[in-house]
Amino acid sequence: MARLTMREAISQALWEEMERDPDVFILGEEVGVWGGTYAVTKGFYDHFGAERVRDTPISEAAIVGAAIGAALTGLRPVAELMTINFAFVAMDHIVNEAAKLHYMFGGQMVLPLVIRTTSGGGRQLAATHSQTPDAIFAHFPGLKVVAPGTPADAKGLLKASIRSNDPVLFIEHATLYQTRGEVPEGDYIVPIGKSAIQRAGRDVTIITYSKMLEISMKAADQLAREGIETEIVDLRTLRPLDMEPVFDSIKKTNRAVIVEEGWKSYGVGAEVSARIYEQIFDYIDAPIRRVAQKEVPLPYNRTLEQMALPQVEDVIAAVKEVM
Amino acid sequence: MEKLEYLDLYQQMVVIRRLEEVAAELYQKGKIGGFLHLYIGQEAVSTGLISARRPEDRVITAYRDHGVAINCGISANEVMAELLGKVTGCSRGKGGSMHLADVSKNFWGGHAIVGAHLPIAVGLALGDVYKDRKAVTICMFGDGATNIGFLHEALNLSKVWNLPVLWVCENNQYGMGTAVERASAVSEIRQKACGYGMKNEAINGMDVIEVRETALRILEEIRNGSGPQLLEIDTYRFRGHSMGDPERYRKAEEVHQWQENDPIGIYRRYLIGREVATEAELNEQDGLAEQIVQKAVEFAEASPEPSPEELYAHVYVEE
Repeated sequence: MARLTMREAISQALWEEMERDPDVFILGEEVGVWGGTYAVTKGFYDHFGAERVRDTPISEAAIVGAAIGAALTGLRPVAELMTINFAFVAMDHIVNEAAKLHYMFGGQMVLPLVIRTTSGGGRQLAATHSQTPDAIFAHFPGLKVVAPGTPADAKGLLKASIRSNDPVLFIEHATLYQTRGEVPEGDYIVPIGKSAIQRAGRDVTIITYSKMLEISMKAADQLAREGIETEIVDLRTLRPLDMEPVFDSIKKTNRAVIVEEGWKSYGVGAEVSARIYEQIFDYIDAPIRRVAQKEVPLPYNRTLEQMALPQVEDVIAAVKEVM
Repeated sequence: MEKLEYLDLYQQMVVIRRLEEVAAELYQKGKIGGFLHLYIGQEAVSTGLISARRPEDRVITAYRDHGVAINCGISANEVMAELLGKVTGCSRGKGGSMHLADVSKNFWGGHAIVGAHLPIAVGLALGDVYKDRKAVTICMFGDGATNIGFLHEALNLSKVWNLPVLWVCENNQYGMGTAVERASAVSEIRQKACGYGMKNEAINGMDVIEVRETALRILEEIRNGSGPQLLEIDTYRFRGHSMGDPERYRKAEEVHQWQENDPIGIYRRYLIGREVATEAELNEQDGLAEQIVQKAVEFAEASPEPSPEELYAHVYVEE
């Protein structure tokens, strides 16, 4: 296995899928000549050409709308939205069209569509460019929402997303692109809708995903030195949400902490904890704790921004509260 | 055109007219739920336009879609069943009045968020270009949709990529209750195409033959690589925006004036005047249309409700 960065893993998945299937094409802002704002599609334009690596105007509704239309004709578009913050401009096409057409027309319309985008704060881009609103998108039946936390999962899940006949919002974290990990070569597929244990432990369960997996892993390392063994469940897909590994883990540890980067109110932690309480209440020995972003728009100032984002220490403190 | 083709256009128009009148009655009886937007008065627009398309040409429209559905070849049975929410409806009773479609007939729906289907039309046309299919995407929308941002993004991108799209603005003079001149910076909608360097024209939408001939010519131009074009078709809806419209925004005289200009009446006079058909033959067509619509009502009423399993079917292709 090769050690790749997240960027390389995503790029590899895209490249291999485009080589495999001529119906797969990319459209978005700066995906072609520029090589991708995050350099994920660097080299694609020269290799695959302008027809399959389509630069668009700054026109998010048209990017997603055109991707939907092309998908309806049987193509497999991978639309890139530079950041999830710009997805709000295309919100109607994501939630009112992509998530609805298959159902609303009685199954006759099929949308094999992927929308790739980046989420997350921590780069001093201030309030409008730093959000982690992943949970909003997971609210809508009809849409699948995938958010990998490791390079291997990113490769495997992106391949699965491109091959899926349902619309998938594929959320990459903007500060994970340089993160390295072992990535299987070739046709490596990770199924959508499967959570995974990323670290085994007996004392407490942390449920997390995306960038917060990294934070949680660091917290777990420190906790281990203090004799607390943490089991970490990576959701990987927010919709459909796979709770079985979460339940199995909690049945063993009887304690749970949920770590997400987005705001706590109405968030991933709210959903996951509600399901735990609803379905395995008897296994919980301490109130569930949620670690999340402070309820403020993210500020530009580095110190303030870091205060607002969940840190390793916050996770450690939450784990100790449930012990 | 052969006589049968002339009669077929007439038939489609009267089926639409009658279907809409009966739908209004069923709505008032509570058999049709939700919103109901009638196409009465606008029949010549989609009948003329769709008659000019080839089977490979795609059609997508807004929520005032019953007429377009009939013109695209969806049976009156399936349209009426959809209005009644039955599983035999073209969208299995899950879409209703505003969401009729049949992709096997290259009719890509009825879309109810104003203007949102315009970017989708860009993608439909892109799909054909990508696969080297020589087809045109016909995208219909109302005058109201020309004031929302989707139109700008879609027209711009269609021109940037030089896609085979015929943008058709059905200007029925009102976006709900707001007259065009109260909502649009320019009253002549076609001028909006100029900002995209896009060929455009405006025609009378009460004359089915004028609509058809114009559409035939423009579709051929687009098929031969002219790039996207915009066609404004001026028309008038005789009924309210939807069934719950008090119509405070227009005077009865204005409605009557347009009604004298009834597209079906105009076409009848045309056919009789040119001796294409006799009055008796057209009356016979009216009778046939009545039968088709009555049978559609019977079919819809006798059709089963969707089963409870339908509730969870089609959320995803793959569970």
